[in-house]
Amino acid sequence: MSYLSPLIAVGLTLVTGLIFSILIGLNPVSAFHAFFIAPIDDLYGLGELGVKAAPLMLIAVGLAIGFRSNIWNIGAEGQLTVGAICGGGLGLYFYESESSWLLPAMIVFGAIGGMLWASIPAFLRTRFSTNEILVSLMLNYVAVLILSYLVHGPWRDPDGFNFPESRIFSDAGTLPIILAETRLHIGILLALGAVILGWVFVRKSFVGYQMQVAGMAEFAARYAGFKRNRMVWTGLLVGGGAAGVAGLCEVAGPIGQLLPSVSPGYGYAAIIVAFVGRLHPVGIMLASLLMSLLYLGGETAQMDLGLPSAITGVFQGVLLFYLLAADLFINFRLRMTQVVSVLSAKGSAS
Amino acid sequence: MTETIIGILLATLGAGTPLVYAALGELVAEKSGVLNLGVEGMMLVGAVCGFAVAADSGNLWFGVGAAIAAGAAMAALFGVLTLTFQANQVAAGLALTIFGVGLSAYIGLDYTSESLTGLQAVVIPVLSQIPIVGPLLFSLDPLLYFSFVVFAAVTWFLYRTKSGLLLRAVGESPQSAHAIGYPVIRIRYMAVLFGGAMAGLGGAYLALVYTPLWVEAMTAGRGWISLALVVFATWRPARVMVGAYLFGGVTIVQFHIQGFGVDLPSQLLSTLPYLATILVLVLISRNINTIRLNAPASLAKAYHPAA
Amino acid sequence: MIRSSKIMSFFSSLFVALMGVSISQPAFAQELLKIGFVYVSPIGDAGWTFQHDEGRLQMEKALAGKVETKYIESVPEGAEAERVIRQFAADGYDLIFTTSFGYMNPTLKVAKRFPKITFEHATGYKRADNVGSYNVRFYEGRYLSGIVAGKMSQSNVAGYVAAFPIPEVVMGINAFTMGMRSVNPKAETKVIWTNSWFDPGREREAADVLIAQGADVLTHHTDSTAIVQAAAEKGAWAIGYHSDMSKHGAKAHLTAVTHHWGDYYVQVANDVMEGGWKSRDVWGGIPQGMVSLAPFHDAVPQDVRDLVAKTEAAIRSGEFHPFQGPVTDQDGNVQVAAGTTISDGDLQKMGYYVEGVQGKLPK
Repeated sequence: MSYLSPLIAVGLTLVTGLIFSILIGLNPVSAFHAFFIAPIDDLYGLGELGVKAAPLMLIAVGLAIGFRSNIWNIGAEGQLTVGAICGGGLGLYFYESESSWLLPAMIVFGAIGGMLWASIPAFLRTRFSTNEILVSLMLNYVAVLILSYLVHGPWRDPDGFNFPESRIFSDAGTLPIILAETRLHIGILLALGAVILGWVFVRKSFVGYQMQVAGMAEFAARYAGFKRNRMVWTGLLVGGGAAGVAGLCEVAGPIGQLLPSVSPGYGYAAIIVAFVGRLHPVGIMLASLLMSLLYLGGETAQMDLGLPSAITGVFQGVLLFYLLAADLFINFRLRMTQVVSVLSAKGSAS
Repeated sequence: MTETIIGILLATLGAGTPLVYAALGELVAEKSGVLNLGVEGMMLVGAVCGFAVAADSGNLWFGVGAAIAAGAAMAALFGVLTLTFQANQVAAGLALTIFGVGLSAYIGLDYTSESLTGLQAVVIPVLSQIPIVGPLLFSLDPLLYFSFVVFAAVTWFLYRTKSGLLLRAVGESPQSAHAIGYPVIRIRYMAVLFGGAMAGLGGAYLALVYTPLWVEAMTAGRGWISLALVVFATWRPARVMVGAYLFGGVTIVQFHIQGFGVDLPSQLLSTLPYLATILVLVLISRNINTIRLNAPASLAKAYHPAA
Repeated sequence: MIRSSKIMSFFSSLFVALMGVSISQPAFAQELLKIGFVYVSPIGDAGWTFQHDEGRLQMEKALAGKVETKYIESVPEGAEAERVIRQFAADGYDLIFTTSFGYMNPTLKVAKRFPKITFEHATGYKRADNVGSYNVRFYEGRYLSGIVAGKMSQSNVAGYVAAFPIPEVVMGINAFTMGMRSVNPKAETKVIWTNSWFDPGREREAADVLIAQGADVLTHHTDSTAIVQAAAEKGAWAIGYHSDMSKHGAKAHLTAVTHHWGDYYVQVANDVMEGGWKSRDVWGGIPQGMVSLAPFHDAVPQDVRDLVAKTEAAIRSGEFHPFQGPVTDQDGNVQVAAGTTISDGDLQKMGYYVEGVQGKLPK
């Protein structure tokens, strides 16, 4: 049943989409084609699917670890930005290097950067009981402003006519392409690796088990001696590290330099991916491909059908709504008697 | 010099008003135990619907009404998901935001960069002539005045009426309230709808008074800041007002600093409001008891009526 | 005999029919030039993209029957853009205009893979064999608008709401200030940076702050109409940018520095159709009709209009350049010596404020 609800949700979203396209006068078949077939009907399109899915997958796997134990990291966007800053900064410092150590070092720095940014809400939560949702969210805005300051000022390309962009990373600092004639880079391999690691962590490690229990029954976990603080740190650092690596992959991959904006909202979309994937690494893998297709489809729909870019956000939200609603069938067994007793309780109260 | 200060204060009032509406609404919802993270989405949908109706009908007040209705409708969607379908409140709120951003962008396509003459300030005769206080308090626009009314109403409702007590009781212990026989779910629905209506009104303030035009995502994070404000204010209406104006004020002051030619990178100045919010959040959460005493005990926990 | 005449008449009527059909067809089907436009923001009804789209529509009309255009709007700069640009190329478009600085590297990457397609990138500095770049000397319009501001201001303080401190924006601020001080040596410009190309709320707040600090003429380098609205409400003057914004604040709108891309687009399309296109770096201005001032507010007196017209003519004929020496920066250094004119290269990296601009340029 737990795997059925995402399928139900996707199905309902499709139906909604078809109804919607009829309502606005589009041929539903061509709408379906534009959204789901056209974007991936050539090799380049398939490559793009992977290019977009990789960061979503990576971040969502990291976030899901935390979400499972009720640690709500909403700051992935900021963490990926700081990851990009740290890893990208290393790449800029060694912009003339051809060493094959540069790229791995950049990835490590990216992870460190993300973890650093996530450690702020972790610290504030464990030390001062400050709500991590709000802190991590505020830090998103701060991170983007720091990036903007850096590319407008100290890290600006000196040969770049004072435009707000950094130097382009050297070849040694750019992710290699793994599929010729596309932009698909090794980031997808890192993401798939994260899926495997995530699965191992959840299924096989004790800490993973602890966190799951803490999410389902907090008092039981505490009674058993599972340290909440350690879980908060783990949850946030894993999410932050994953986001940091994803951020670095974006700037060292398709972008190739540091720009004032390095993400079209991957940090927030990854939250949806995590939920649609039922917080399970394999589910997340599939969900990220779906979400990636939604993004690409939205673009194709713009070009081929003249639909506005806003449509993508609408359908992402709708998908999540249906999913949350479909969860009802997992979490509860509906019995007529229960409905009746609720009604009668309401009746007597008023 | 006085002129500049009055100017700053006036600007602060204006900048803080959308936050006041959204935060007061969310406060009521949270007092009943529901955490609605979808404020940003509700504000945007309220703003675009308000603007669209005002632009099409030529009447700004119709727009205000439409914004309230739209915000409430979005909240109803959230209510169905979390109160009837028992979905996770955090996830549902996030979904509402993402949906609201997309939906408002879609609705607003035909209205981008159209311009309206916003609600004008109402100058109260005689009183507004009083030096200093006059221009500051007695020549404001109607929605700003109304925000004071809402503040008074919310405070009075929560702390001086039986229904308000009931709502707070539901937020503290829904099981007990249910045991006494009160309709917990229905009360929460009303609180959530009120929150949505206020968020819509906050959005309307932006789109019909502050900058009377429509642009995608024009709330620029104010919904999220309103959420932080509720915590900042330890769920007390008066502190919400203080927080809202403080936050609005920091942004204004930051611009003044730039205007005076101070040599600080503007991006770093722009981080001030966010850092200030974090700082305040830390200060008030520091003492775990402050949160424990003030936060509604059942906040964000799904409520299952015991069968 | 009858059968053969029937057969004959059948074939002859067939023959006539075929002749008729083939004569009514053109000798070969006319191939339309497919032109794609990539926009960074929604078209809306004013602003950067709106003006580009006006240019596209003008070109479509002028070359009706010969070209077919398509646009895609709100394409974020950076990694996403590459996919969109490539899609145009893969769909067989012959000429692609990418209308924002941030599309520069993506355009070059796609151009390398599609050497037969022509690309034109706006406001950038890199080219390739099949990538040309184009831009407008907005500062010429800014200088003229400064003259209007200088004459109309009574407080001698102008407010400038700007997005990001890139050379194009700084050029504008400097040219505006110099224009203002050429008729009003006491005038000063205050600048507030909003760190966003499009955030009406912040722009409005910045405008209010500038007015509170004494500015009575506002102008901007951002993409919304918020400052014109703010000025109209607070009783200050406003000078729009990109488009004529008078309908957003008629009583405040003195004029606007407007962009015109249509003529250039027609020219490029013709060049491509005739096969004579070459990659160039085009930087047009008033003489090419790419920038001009919108109609004046009624309150602008005739002598100001005459002075603007005179200066405009001087720019057009090449006699006058807004950045001709001596140009002194805020710190008192002479950036352009007397008797010389600034080079295009120096313009494109401009990183200093001229005298009369308050505050420090963010580095």
